[in-house]
Amino acid sequence: MLGVIRRRVACKGNPALNLEQGIRVIASRAFSSTAKEMTVRDALNSALDEEMSADPKVFLMGEEVGEYQGAYKITKGLLDKYGPERVVDTPITEAGFAGIGVGAAYYGLRPVIEFMTFNFSMQAIDHIINSAAKSNYMSAGQISVPIVFRGPNGAAAGVGAQHSQCYAAWFGACPGLKVLVPYSAEDARGLLKAAIRDPDPVVFLENELLYGESFPVSAEVLDSSFCLPIGKAKIEREGKDVTITTFSKMVGYALQAAEILANEGISAEVINLRSIRPLDRSTINASVRKTNRLVTVEEGFPQHGVGAEICASVVEESFGYLDAPVERISGADVPMPYAANLERLAVPQVDDIVRAVKRACYRSSSLAATA
Amino acid sequence: MAQLTHRTSSLLKPLSFALSSTRHLSSTTPITVETSLPFTGHNIEPPSRSVETTPQELIKFFRDMALMRRMEIASDSLYKAKLIRGFCHLYDGQEAVAVGMESAITRKDCIITAYRDHCLFLGRGGTLVEAFAELMGRKEGCSKGKGGSMHFYKKEGGFYGGHGIVGAQVPLGCGLAFAQKYSKDENVTFAMYGDGAANQGQLFEALNMAALWDLPAILVCENNHYGMGTAEWRAAKSPAYYKRGDYVPGLKVDGMDAFAVKQACKFAKEHALKNGPIILEMDTYRYHGHSMSDPGSTYRTRDEISGVRQERDPVERIRKLVLAHDLATEKELKDTEKEIRKEVDDAIAKAKESPLPDPSELFTNIYVKGYGVESYGADRKELRAVLP
Repeated sequence: MLGVIRRRVACKGNPALNLEQGIRVIASRAFSSTAKEMTVRDALNSALDEEMSADPKVFLMGEEVGEYQGAYKITKGLLDKYGPERVVDTPITEAGFAGIGVGAAYYGLRPVIEFMTFNFSMQAIDHIINSAAKSNYMSAGQISVPIVFRGPNGAAAGVGAQHSQCYAAWFGACPGLKVLVPYSAEDARGLLKAAIRDPDPVVFLENELLYGESFPVSAEVLDSSFCLPIGKAKIEREGKDVTITTFSKMVGYALQAAEILANEGISAEVINLRSIRPLDRSTINASVRKTNRLVTVEEGFPQHGVGAEICASVVEESFGYLDAPVERISGADVPMPYAANLERLAVPQVDDIVRAVKRACYRSSSLAATA
Repeated sequence: MAQLTHRTSSLLKPLSFALSSTRHLSSTTPITVETSLPFTGHNIEPPSRSVETTPQELIKFFRDMALMRRMEIASDSLYKAKLIRGFCHLYDGQEAVAVGMESAITRKDCIITAYRDHCLFLGRGGTLVEAFAELMGRKEGCSKGKGGSMHFYKKEGGFYGGHGIVGAQVPLGCGLAFAQKYSKDENVTFAMYGDGAANQGQLFEALNMAALWDLPAILVCENNHYGMGTAEWRAAKSPAYYKRGDYVPGLKVDGMDAFAVKQACKFAKEHALKNGPIILEMDTYRYHGHSMSDPGSTYRTRDEISGVRQERDPVERIRKLVLAHDLATEKELKDTEKEIRKEVDDAIAKAKESPLPDPSELFTNIYVKGYGVESYGADRKELRAVLP
């Protein structure tokens, strides 16, 4: 048994001590104040660390989470800190370890199960849906399942068809699950902590390409008690001409598109969904009632996607406010190709978002050409 | 978490008759019983065939099994009367497994099984009314009518269901064992499955991890020789399920003999706490078909079924033992059975009085914490609810 050095950290104190390694202090050129930045990777790592420290029932399980320090280094350092009983390396048997995780949650522990990517969650999907999501309902409240399934979701770079699918729509369809989709470091910290503390099964969809990106984080975000509410979207950029709803990596693309559009006189409001289930319909609808136009953006397959649900919701709740049909930008309706040029065509680009916004604003000439 | 009213198990009701003072045995005098067959071990020395019991336990075994038997027969009638809908998988014939296991363990040990769960539920402290009401989809049911036959639970009694997906309960059971070890509880989990589920990949995945991590998991194969309509020899290249764990030791047990089951479970519990997982194969038999939709006679002969009933019926075995040890007369046992019949009938009547759940229950228990989000009925403009 490895000797375990347990850090005696009060869960609500000393954020600076917890996160020293994760913070890069950046000196601003113009001002003497400093802004703290944090990568999404460090945000997730610190969130796991703090929640494991605060509650001895929280444990991690997955492939390479321990000795390898995490396939994407998200769980780096946690084995040394908490020991092999709480950071459990598994064989490559998703159905088995997802089931074991759910069983442990039935008993009252709080497992955080990592899928190396969510593509492998399909091997365990019966446990996520039938053993976890539905149990509280079928047992009329006797068997609750405080489990988190986390890992990278969606397209990476050049990993091909079997390693690039986005599962937000599939999991988002299931009552009994909560599905979260962080974008920034703040999202990653706040939503993962909320997920671990939540008494219900949570599917936590990260993005591999975001792990290395840095985002500014305030002192509030760095505090170990920081938590974001589940089911509330964030308005990343306010605007008045069109609403863009999106999540995960596409938030960054939508913000870039909004900059380009601003230079062309279109003010886009960018909503970072943060939560696929529950979906923040009230924020979305309030925004559409303000802007009267909607473009949904996602990386996943278009049919029965997240955008389809958002469009339906807006048509049901705010039809009278729409000045244009809802536009959808999504991944291509094809398995993900490998060749770089084809891959680029298979995922949304900033140009696609700009074009769709212009269509929604009746500013595009191509509409006339196809008529 | 829902607070279910704790009801004393009907199985713990006082004995229906006083042991006659002319009998030479007090209710706690130890009696030694031989199991019908020796145990067969795989990579392990099997336990002895001599099992310690008492008159009290013998009588209790009879009563408990007769009650389970009666409950299942009554459920058959209720299903045919269309008061039970959907799936109904009956356990009659297999009672010795439930009763023998229960006698070897405590309520802090966990049991998890698949959908043939009515009798195991009773053994864990569930009541007849809770069972019948659940079968009929009423609000007094153990899952408030929202689960049905395949989804009985009794967490406070260590019973974790009640699962509809064949094989899923085995990794779940290993997860319970993981949690018991993590919590340093010194208890074990019995993860039960059938000969049909014994070929499931996830079982071997979970068993591998249980063995790697020395989890206190006991995998119990209730081999009733038919996975739905498929006989074991058509489904398994090796139907010696107690050997299928390979590096995990196993024991083959006569599942129609409650004392063999008791001995095996006691042995397994001691083993699992010290050495990790072990497999128990209970050689048992179900009189009914796979479910109420299956007559059970297209893939096996009526002679086979009646043969087992003649030679190996678990309730009859105990009746003979009780009579042989002079613990009760035939008439007393018949009276007990009459009382049980009445108890079951009364429970059915009471369950019938229970109303269907309130329509608002459609939207309860989706989440423990709903954050005030909305859920919808078929027509969301007509029916929607805010989840607490």
